[in-house]
Amino acid sequence: MATAQAQMDTKWWSGGKSPFNVEYGKLMMWYFLMSDAFTFGAFLISYGTIRFSQNYWPDPNKVFNAFPFAGHANLPLAFVSLMTFILIVSSVTMVLAVHAGHHMDKKGVIKWMAWTIVGGIAFLACQAWEWTHLITGDHVVMLDGKIQEIGTTVSKNPWGPEIPGLMHDGHQVHKPGPVAFGGYFFGITGFHGFHVLSGVVINIIMLLMTINGVFDRKGHYLMIEKAGLYWHFVDLVWVFVFLCFYLI
Amino acid sequence: MDHSNTDLAEVTFHHAPSGDETVKRIIKTTVILSVITLIELALGFGIYYMHKNPDYSHSLVLFIKGVIVILSLLKAFYIVGVFMHLGDEIRNLIMTIVVPLLLFVWFIAAFLWDGNSWRNLRNTHGKSIPQTEQHQVTPEAKKPGGVE
Repeated sequence: MATAQAQMDTKWWSGGKSPFNVEYGKLMMWYFLMSDAFTFGAFLISYGTIRFSQNYWPDPNKVFNAFPFAGHANLPLAFVSLMTFILIVSSVTMVLAVHAGHHMDKKGVIKWMAWTIVGGIAFLACQAWEWTHLITGDHVVMLDGKIQEIGTTVSKNPWGPEIPGLMHDGHQVHKPGPVAFGGYFFGITGFHGFHVLSGVVINIIMLLMTINGVFDRKGHYLMIEKAGLYWHFVDLVWVFVFLCFYLI
Repeated sequence: MDHSNTDLAEVTFHHAPSGDETVKRIIKTTVILSVITLIELALGFGIYYMHKNPDYSHSLVLFIKGVIVILSLLKAFYIVGVFMHLGDEIRNLIMTIVVPLLLFVWFIAAFLWDGNSWRNLRNTHGKSIPQTEQHQVTPEAKKPGGVE
């Protein structure tokens, strides 16, 4: 391999060249993403700590079992799998945009960036639906000595253990669950969703710059690569959010 | 920022990926990621059906969850290595990104251990351990050796 040979023969630290062989902005994007990984990591680890300190934690398969237009059908994992695949596919279209950029293929970049943006917006729409469903979906809970119907918010959690034998209007009555559940779920998926939103905005700006021929004039599509790094990171974080909140 | 020059000063050589090969690699990685996700979902459903049985095996569920965690790490490896092209960068750059992330090993182990310890303390000592109320300070104790 010629490139491997070049790596072996180059004295990277002898001065006169970049020791990491990358453009400054791209290197800094990597370090930003590393710091962001620690931010998300700290959030998820804090969630794990609280979850480990509780004797009871809601079963994700019971909390996240709805699907749009499916009524009250019990479909655990279905909607979140759809969201995961949307994000994986939009990550693939982003790689293809970066790849088209390497070959100075303006039309290809425009096509794949547009699909990436569509994927990002679809993901945000799914998240909006899921949040609305959780907040407005009332469940019967014995709270403060009376039976109440509450949704999942940062201060209320209807997903506690069942109270055996206690029914209300044909629904099983539950105890309230750990309050931290809603706070962590909305906090972390919200923080991730905000990253998706800012990623979509960055991608739209990149698309407009491509259409206006900015990168053709510059002679390279490195900005697409940097936006791509950010977008893949958003997908990467979702892998772990999906793992921590829905799968285990 | 000004990048008007065609050849970037920072880049000594290009990785020059040939077109077809890169697309093939992208498609292959996409298939791998999708298959891993499907396996994860299958295991997730497995846990769901095991939970329906009231006396399910806790250690088996824990084992399946461990497998899912490993599969997720594998997905992360493919996303970072192939989609983000970190695998194509030079070794020193890879190390400055990956080595600091090793902090997570301690971070996760220490904090989950701590959470678990809190649960055990609360369960074994009831409500007597986390008490932090202050005791009422008696007037005598307030002025030790004070002049009456």
